[in-house]
Amino acid sequence: MTGLEILRTGPQATIQDLGRPGFAAIGVGVCGAADRGSLRLANRLVGNAEGAAAIEATLGGLVVRGRGDLVVAVTGAPCPIEVGGRGGAMNSLIRVPDGAAVALGTPERGLRSYLAVRGGISVPPVLGSRSTDLLASLGPDPLDSGRLLPVGPAPQGFPPVALAPVTPPSGGELRLRVVPGPRDDWFTEHAMHTLLSEPFEVTKDSNRVGLRLSGPVLSRRKDGELPSEGMVIGALQVPPSGRPTLFLADHPSTGGYPVIAVVMAADVDIAAQARPGQRLRFAVTGRRPVPSGE
Amino acid sequence: MRVLRCADSGVLVELDDLAAVLALHAALTNEWPPGVTDLVPAARTLLLRLDPLLADPADVERAVRTVRPVASTRREEARLVVPVSYDGADLAEVARLTGLSEREVVRAHTATEWVVAFGGFTPGFGYLTGGDGRLTVPRRAESRTRVPPGSVGLAGEFSGIYPSASPGGWQLIGRTGLEIWRPDRDPPALLRPGVLVRFTEDGP
Repeated sequence: MTGLEILRTGPQATIQDLGRPGFAAIGVGVCGAADRGSLRLANRLVGNAEGAAAIEATLGGLVVRGRGDLVVAVTGAPCPIEVGGRGGAMNSLIRVPDGAAVALGTPERGLRSYLAVRGGISVPPVLGSRSTDLLASLGPDPLDSGRLLPVGPAPQGFPPVALAPVTPPSGGELRLRVVPGPRDDWFTEHAMHTLLSEPFEVTKDSNRVGLRLSGPVLSRRKDGELPSEGMVIGALQVPPSGRPTLFLADHPSTGGYPVIAVVMAADVDIAAQARPGQRLRFAVTGRRPVPSGE
Repeated sequence: MRVLRCADSGVLVELDDLAAVLALHAALTNEWPPGVTDLVPAARTLLLRLDPLLADPADVERAVRTVRPVASTRREEARLVVPVSYDGADLAEVARLTGLSEREVVRAHTATEWVVAFGGFTPGFGYLTGGDGRLTVPRRAESRTRVPPGSVGLAGEFSGIYPSASPGGWQLIGRTGLEIWRPDRDPPALLRPGVLVRFTEDGP
């Protein structure tokens, strides 16, 4: 039986696929890979369906050993890779002979790396997905050393490319495209201008639920409570403190704080690679700039 | 109705009242727009979550504005009976707030059918509405750090059951042994939007 034995997990490693959409009405979040684009690429490289389950490793450090001959790929935050003692490359097909270990070092830029294996990680799905939901305790447990993960049968076709050229995550200021709303009318014009012109910093309280940002306060124009409403990934939700949270994969289904703007879906992948201390700037896409001043 | 954009990940529809939310939810469930991955009803809104690779928000908005209503009698709703031991920590306080006796609170809670309007704050939780209006009470001034699983409560116009232990500010009037949330069961959640609920009093 082919499998992946976990030898070391690094700071945090979980199994993720593209999540379990469709259950918000019973309070179950989507979860799935925080950087969905990188998961999809890793799967395509090894010839899997894009939504196959893989390992999401936070700040590298993951060490796995193959049982049976395996083919893997590592995408996302660039890690030094060693396979059976030799160097391996990011974003490429890596052959792992039976018994060889794959070791990821610590990435210098970016936060989350994805290790996909040809055949996919085939733990039993829960509510249609193999993703770990840390808050609701759904799906597989976070990875622990000693765990043996089953690998599914190899898919029919073999991928046509062995290497993908990918722009690596930036270590500097990140620019994220947003669309104002849905609750931009809850905020002053000055708040919107601030959002679109000042940098915000990712704090250490950030995790898969969202990036908690420090920076200028975003002031409300309206008093009172917003009745809880459905939330989307990439939402910039602003609690009474005036400091926004940028929702990532494990965000709650509903929320009672107004969302001033939402990051475009493709740019959420960029946000998912932001490390504490990195700065973010938001820019409106496809609309005229908000005039400055009140 | 007001239709608001959530970038390319959602379309948020604002409606006049809960009845309008549930009607639109039923209509769109019947005529599911392409590229929509989920419908999230709430007290005054319905969110359509979109797959940005498949859905155009403008097309989805058009679908929302032109969807055909569904006659409510056409839906076969599940009915759920929830046996409750009415010995909740806030039963006396609810009696005081409503001006009813504790027995009258229990009778009001069990006399009529409630309907699950929407879920959301934790897996398996459903906001029940449509019960006796005399039971409208504010949330507790202070939230409890731990509400035991199965606790039955009231807050505002809603009743609810905590599917698992969690912090909570609802007024607790009783407890049920019914497992309303089990991820490995089909269905995992007993309280889904539209389910009709009848509370009954458990023997002593």
